[in-house]
Amino acid sequence: MARYAGDSTARLGFALMRYSIFNLVRQALSGHRAWGPAWRDAAPKSAYDVVIIGGGGHGLATAHYLAKIHGISNVAVLEKGWIGSGNAGRNTTIIRSNYLLAGNNPFYEWSMKLWEGLEQDLNYNAMVSQRGVLNLYHSDAQRDTYARRGNAMRMHGVDAELLDAEAVRRMLPFLDFNGARFPIHGGLLQRRGGTARHDAVVWGYARAASDRGVDIIQNCEVTGFIREAGTIVGVETTRGSIRAGKIGMAVAGSTSRVAELAGLKLPIESHVLQAFVSEAIKPFIPGVVTFGAGHFYISQSDKGGLVFGGDLDGYNSYAQRGNLPTVEDVCEGAMALMPAIGRVRVLRSWGGVMDMSMDGSPIIDRTVIAGLYLNAGWCYGGFKATPASGWCFAHLLARDEPHAVARAYRLDRFATGHLLDERGVGAQPNLH
Amino acid sequence: MRIQCPFCGERDLSEFAYLGDADFRRPDPDAADAEARFFNAVYVRDNPAGPHDELWYHASGCRSWLRVTRNTRTHEILAVNFPTPSGGS
Ligand SMILES: Cc1cc2nc3c(=O)[nH]c(=O)nc-3n(C[C@H](O)[C@H](O)[C@H](O)COP(=O)(O)OP(=O)(O)OC[C@H]3O[C@@H](n4cnc5c(N)ncnc54)[C@H](O)[C@@H]3O)c2cc1C
Ligand SMILES: [Zn+2]
Repeated sequence: MARYAGDSTARLGFALMRYSIFNLVRQALSGHRAWGPAWRDAAPKSAYDVVIIGGGGHGLATAHYLAKIHGISNVAVLEKGWIGSGNAGRNTTIIRSNYLLAGNNPFYEWSMKLWEGLEQDLNYNAMVSQRGVLNLYHSDAQRDTYARRGNAMRMHGVDAELLDAEAVRRMLPFLDFNGARFPIHGGLLQRRGGTARHDAVVWGYARAASDRGVDIIQNCEVTGFIREAGTIVGVETTRGSIRAGKIGMAVAGSTSRVAELAGLKLPIESHVLQAFVSEAIKPFIPGVVTFGAGHFYISQSDKGGLVFGGDLDGYNSYAQRGNLPTVEDVCEGAMALMPAIGRVRVLRSWGGVMDMSMDGSPIIDRTVIAGLYLNAGWCYGGFKATPASGWCFAHLLARDEPHAVARAYRLDRFATGHLLDERGVGAQPNLH
Repeated sequence: MRIQCPFCGERDLSEFAYLGDADFRRPDPDAADAEARFFNAVYVRDNPAGPHDELWYHASGCRSWLRVTRNTRTHEILAVNFPTPSGGS
């Protein structure tokens, strides 16, 4: 309680109200007219200790942990549109830590642990729901691969269960078990996986960071970097120049464009990924299910809509929309897996621009330019990473050394051959 | 998206397979800085927002490789050519 009272009034000019049952009742009695804004829409100052470019989940989480864990609160988050207008507000909200490689698994498991305590930490309902993530397998070879992944997870202390077809049938009787082209042999289940409300994650981090003094500056696009003697000491923006001790980039799909302003070329391609939501129906799908013979994943939101997606469109793109062949492909995956879905109407589809790295894994590292730090390469799995990404990027910015669970996310790993290629497809980003 | 194949005419996107940046050149393995050149060729991309030269394969058509110039912001196809043996267009 104390955290949100007193000093924040003096510092911020308004008191942030703590969300609690007591305050809910109090507000209800006065007709919900006295709720204050959740965070300050700040104007830029001329200088900060740290400037974060990008007001998506990762940028805001970084600011929160910089302030909370490292005591650095003279921080600005610069966002060219509104916070959450990028991939943070466009994803299918799946969270999990079912990774195979030793360089990846502890990072995503740390993220899962942060998800498990996030709402208490932020005093915000992010609707974290550990409803389980089930990856189906459809052949003996695929079962072996999943058994291997499950074993790797368990050796890292992460929960994993290998289910046979009967166990899957008991869980999801509506899947096609009768003579399907790709029969369901079973699945790898992570019960602690699930979903979270993407917008609420953005708003929760923004609110908590703002309360600790972080300036969240919207409609502020970074258009250039200020250099002095080879070091980057600030940014040019559409709202004037801002100097900074350190600058962290967390711009996801725009990574190559912002890096270009600093003269950097990166091992990244931008690709469009589409997603879909259906009309709301009664509770149907209990957790997250993925089809292993194509690429299709689905869950049901608390409002009742079926939220689903599949592969990238596969060509370089900065347009936040895709094309029809992928729509067809995703719907065919849906029909192959659960024919009942054919009666449900699609309500909306949209696209987001993914920062696809050349091995499918992220980068959290310094760059070759002093003063500039990079958080990128999230491909289409960066939502689940939001808490740990912010945690580790804040650690790097504050201490100039990588956090233990993000040590493998070096920018030079492509040159040195220490790739983290979960899918084993090589330097072909549209296949990761 | 539709691509105007020089052999087959305008065809739907679903007939084509995408490889990526058309300016890939296999570096000279005997160059003194061969290692750095291979790293650049294999991993580093311009990834522009705007016109992009890229290789497409007309898999369900004439099976030609095509060098397509496409705007990555709008998906508009600006030009379609055959890749020349030297890699230029
Ligand atoms: C359709 C879709 C489905 C997905 N599904 C999942 C999923 O189920 N699970 C999962 O884990 N991940 C998923 N992802 C991936 C995940 O959404 C991203 O990896 C993650 O959101 C990226 O981090 P972010 O939130 O910081 O990015 P963003 O929200 O994109 O934040 C980057 C911000 O930088 C801003 N910016 C860009 N350039 C500038 C500039 N010059 N100046 C100032 N600001 C700038 C942008 O406006 C943007 O707001 C999905 C993505 C998409 C598109
Ligand atoms: Zn053709």
